[in-house]
Amino acid sequence: MSKNPEFVKFDKVDKSYDGKVLVVKDLQLDIAEGEFITMLGPSGSGKTTCLMMLAGFETPTNGEILLDGNIISNIPPHKRGIGMVFQNYALFPHMTVYENLAFPLRVRKMEKDEIDKKVDKALSMVSLNGFETRMPGQLSGGQQQRVAVARALVFDPAVVLMDEPLGALDKNLRESMQYEIKHIHESIGVTVVYVTHDQSEALTMSNRIAVFNDGKVQQLSNPSELYEKPVNSFVAEFIGENNTFNGEVSDISGDECKVKLSNGEIIASAITVKSKGEKTTVSLRPERALIEPSEKMDNMFSGKIEEVIYHGDHTRVRINLLGNPEFILKVPNSTSNLELKVKQDIKIGWNSSDARALDPK
Amino acid sequence: MSSETKQILTTDGIPLEVSLKKAEKKNKIKAFLLVAPLLLFLFITYVFPIGEMFTRSVDDKMITNMLPKTFKAMEKWDGKELPSEEVFASFYSDYKILIENQTQGKLGQRLNKEKNGFNSITKKLMRQIKRNKIDESQSIKEQIMKTHKRWANVEYWQAIKRTAPPYTMAKYLKGMDMYFAADGSIAQVDEDRRIHRILWLRTLEIALFVTIFCFLMGYPIAHLLATLPMKYSNLLMICVLLPFWTSLLVRTASWMILLQTQGVVNDFFVMIGLVADNNRPEMMYNKVGTYVAMTQILLPFMVLPLYSVMKTISPSLMRAGKSLGGTPFIAFWKVYFPLTIPGIGAGCLLVFILAIGYYITPALVGGASGTLISNQIAYHMKTTLDWSFASAMGLMLLSGVLVIYWIYNKLVGVDNIKLG
Repeated sequence: MSKNPEFVKFDKVDKSYDGKVLVVKDLQLDIAEGEFITMLGPSGSGKTTCLMMLAGFETPTNGEILLDGNIISNIPPHKRGIGMVFQNYALFPHMTVYENLAFPLRVRKMEKDEIDKKVDKALSMVSLNGFETRMPGQLSGGQQQRVAVARALVFDPAVVLMDEPLGALDKNLRESMQYEIKHIHESIGVTVVYVTHDQSEALTMSNRIAVFNDGKVQQLSNPSELYEKPVNSFVAEFIGENNTFNGEVSDISGDECKVKLSNGEIIASAITVKSKGEKTTVSLRPERALIEPSEKMDNMFSGKIEEVIYHGDHTRVRINLLGNPEFILKVPNSTSNLELKVKQDIKIGWNSSDARALDPK
Repeated sequence: MSSETKQILTTDGIPLEVSLKKAEKKNKIKAFLLVAPLLLFLFITYVFPIGEMFTRSVDDKMITNMLPKTFKAMEKWDGKELPSEEVFASFYSDYKILIENQTQGKLGQRLNKEKNGFNSITKKLMRQIKRNKIDESQSIKEQIMKTHKRWANVEYWQAIKRTAPPYTMAKYLKGMDMYFAADGSIAQVDEDRRIHRILWLRTLEIALFVTIFCFLMGYPIAHLLATLPMKYSNLLMICVLLPFWTSLLVRTASWMILLQTQGVVNDFFVMIGLVADNNRPEMMYNKVGTYVAMTQILLPFMVLPLYSVMKTISPSLMRAGKSLGGTPFIAFWKVYFPLTIPGIGAGCLLVFILAIGYYITPALVGGASGTLISNQIAYHMKTTLDWSFASAMGLMLLSGVLVIYWIYNKLVGVDNIKLG
């Protein structure tokens, strides 16, 4: 079974609400069949607008959206056959769980037996059998959420859209629901477009993540690449934690470059910088810098510990390094822990391949 | 579990319930004192007047007090043949006291309402008594009967006996175009004189249609109000509320300017050629005027409850309905509409109850075919001064409203009402 790599296609889509500001700029995005893709970005970045255009509640100002090769911009929402899970679940409060799930089947004029069968299947998928006669108001937040997911899937849509569906849940429930949704996706192979502003949610669930900012996709790649190899400083900043140095490229040769800081010089891999004299922001993940490294690393500096915060599984150490007082290190909790004291001078080292010279902030 | 529950004690050994009551007592007293002025106000302005109205509507003590001895004597009378000498004598002595107090006129008027012809024969009897023509040593029965032959007619004595009880439902019957016949049974008035029943039906009809019109016009407005962005919805809200801030009289008068035969609306119709100049439709002093003006005036009472309910309905519900495959109509009918029912119930009940007792507007623009029962009540209050009849009709109106409320409660459930 060959999967269509362009099952959903945003083709040069622009969107503006007031004719002055573009909320979505020249969006080019292909979503493969059966993929779990997440649109991640801060609020106001245009990700929800993209979802609404796909669902049919907003029309693109320019460009086309294609579903399985067909232009859908002029098809009303109820004919698109796209399931959707809303931010606040949007369960019909005057209908029972059964009626909520039967709604999409009844409007499709299905037989009663078939409706019963499908509702039963959908409810067992979210392990809510026996809740048919409950009203949504009698369910907990997590149960309502599962009903909403079941309702969006019960009519076997080709694509399911999820608009921050876990936003209202508490932390533990949110995490278990993340896995549950991921498993449902894996078992039925539906195409999922998921919108969130929570980066850890995006990293755990998705096949690919599209990072939105300012109406544009900043980077589209799988979770590990997104985290390990951000292509610009927005992505580096938005995904995970990040140490930055602002400086100027003093020398560049192939993949490597030297960056001159206000009081020192570091070696980094050149990602977006092209020439000498360019301003740049160097990004380094906190867990890639080591304290007193045993092996030789091409960046070795010493700094003063400003603050030590115990986090249980790891310890965060804030260090004043190369004029950056906000340099963060994560030291994993182990029996051979070093004694870390405030005001102590320590040696820090990292490899130039982990430090990425990106566009200046 | 329940069998094992022991009385829980506080650390000081006092039962928890007692301790709780003590702690709450102060708050309860405070709360009661806060609402006490309102309770008192409600009692004085609501409960007391309604009670007063009820007594007035059934009160028939006047004659009972005027002819105490007569009614005492009548207790033994079977009411079929002419009463005995004793009854005549008691009536004579009662009547003489009335003449001395100069209140005999009222008796004549009141009895005349019970049966035509009483006024003249009581007056005649009075003149005879004043001229001392009645010899108290002889049979008073014979002498009274001699003053006028009607005194010898048993029907007149039966009429007096009917007025004996201090309370009467006659006013209520009159409100329904019925009366107590001579034999005490309930009879209908002649068909051409049944004005009240027509008025009751017309009141119900107009209230029903005004409610329907208000609903048809108010629902889309309320929906628009609830879904428009704030800056537009505020403006629209002011437009809806504007009638509230204008005097009722001014609004009704402006409808008179608009709707009269030579009015703005008719002028416009003539101008665009919809009607001929010499054939302008009557839109006022009939039902049309009442409908138009009352719908406009009562519209806010429909819009506001609907708005408050619609405001709470998340727009994502309609979207969910559509994304699940429902056409916009199905999404509206299956999802949105059922959720607005509490608002519809509240709005309709409010408008209907207000409409059923509406007074000023129908009085001004209603004309002969557009007046309602409230206008009739006012007429008896101000013109005929038959306050007991006005009270009776007012109470009938009130109980009608209560019945509607009861039916509504059975059908929709009052818990489902949402006023705001």
